[in-house]
Amino acid sequence: MKLHPSVKPLLFCFCLTPLAVLVWGIAGQRLGPDPAEQIMHVTGEWAGRLLLATLLITPLRRRKGWGQLLQLRRMLGLFTFFYACCHLAMFAHFFLGWDARRVLEELLERPYITAGFLAWLIMLPLALTSTNAMQRRLRANWGRLHRGIYLVALLFILHITWIARSDYGEVLVYAVPVLVLLGWRLRQRFSPR
Amino acid sequence: MLIKPSVDIPSSEITNHSAWLNRRQFLGASAVMMLANSSASGLDAGQPLKFRGAAGSAVAGAYTDEILTPFADVKRYNNFYEFGTGKGDPARYAGEMSIDPWSLRVEGEVAKPGVLHLEDIQAGFDLEERIYRLRCVEAWSMVVPWIGYPLANLLQRFQPNSRARYVQFQTLHDHRQMRGQRSFTSSIDWPYVEGLRIDEAMHPLTLLAVGVYGEVLPHQNGAPIRLVVPWKYGFKSIKSIVSIRLTGKRPKTTWESLAPQEYGFYANVNPGVDHPRWSQKTERRLPSSFFEPNRIPTQLFNGYGEQVAHLYQGMDLRRYY
Repeated sequence: MKLHPSVKPLLFCFCLTPLAVLVWGIAGQRLGPDPAEQIMHVTGEWAGRLLLATLLITPLRRRKGWGQLLQLRRMLGLFTFFYACCHLAMFAHFFLGWDARRVLEELLERPYITAGFLAWLIMLPLALTSTNAMQRRLRANWGRLHRGIYLVALLFILHITWIARSDYGEVLVYAVPVLVLLGWRLRQRFSPR
Repeated sequence: MLIKPSVDIPSSEITNHSAWLNRRQFLGASAVMMLANSSASGLDAGQPLKFRGAAGSAVAGAYTDEILTPFADVKRYNNFYEFGTGKGDPARYAGEMSIDPWSLRVEGEVAKPGVLHLEDIQAGFDLEERIYRLRCVEAWSMVVPWIGYPLANLLQRFQPNSRARYVQFQTLHDHRQMRGQRSFTSSIDWPYVEGLRIDEAMHPLTLLAVGVYGEVLPHQNGAPIRLVVPWKYGFKSIKSIVSIRLTGKRPKTTWESLAPQEYGFYANVNPGVDHPRWSQKTERRLPSSFFEPNRIPTQLFNGYGEQVAHLYQGMDLRRYY
């Protein structure tokens, strides 16, 4: 069974909406006195949400008739990486002033930045090998490589836990689904059937 | 000489029960009138204040000619976790707090402990303007024209004794008015507590603000009375104060209790002491924008070193951060 031809373009537009809203806000100076904070928050938040959506595909497609969802996974994964790239670029823009000498200091002194950067670094080869051609070329190794996304999910939770200062509400919103989704995979792997 | 109290009170002198009840009623009625009076004389956010301008102040550091952060931004970009952790939450929800009536207790190691009510807080001292830099530990900063009076002026009225070595401040604790205090996921042990050493508290730059931009403080900025210590990170400048206690022991402050490796008791602005979350070497002077982030280098003691560095002579600032 095939997805309706409009699903993919619609999802594509949906994934671009947060970026469009941000650009619109920047252009009209509608982001308040400290746009850095809001831009970092929105890009990070959407990287996290799309990561959850990507991880949700496999459990969902096991259900009868939902198999075609697999066709959306690559787009969701690539948009996760896209928002992670925006997040990183905005960090360099607002916090480092594109000063390369400060990168090392930030990576060494601030653990949540180390975790976030590591997550981005692991995603990089996943994005580069996301094409059909690469999938064919790597064969079984492709699956092994792309299991790296589980590590990314754990690093993401570590990243937001270390950022939280006193209120862990938002951390739980992401941590609980991530742990459920990873837990489901562990159960699949070790269940007797 | 021995003064013996007379016990020979004639029964005619003793107030009969019905008159005693009347007296109670009279006192009750006058108390109600006083309350009514006090709410009439207390000012709410936005009302204008009379004050001396900062430009002519004799106090060194009371004035800066840097560009002011617009009032609209001072009002809408706040950290006041009692109303939520988002920067816009205080502006959205601080209206749920009532500042009238308000009482501020001054107690502990003082000769004359007492309570100040809203009208005493707002009109009991000469008001002056102070234009200060405000540096948040999150690496953003503003320039704000506060209206208030030196903390020293208030403390002197209650006569601290020689055992008073520290001052402890407390914010209102009322989860019905402060929705952030109702959060199940918050790890803060309310009420918010801050503290200063007595010499820091008595420093002429240490201000109790009751207004900003010529008006009574908006609730989200810490109405009706807040501390402003311009050489320390913003979280030291506690808002909506209900208690000032002079003590002999160093108070355990809220952020210090939560994460002692991140927030010290002193919390002096210092680009040389880094924080595990934010680099303290530079700051974003607000308003900042995408194309002009407005990053400027952070100064030791937020630029007030000439006035306050002597307070910390001989102290290792890397250890006592």
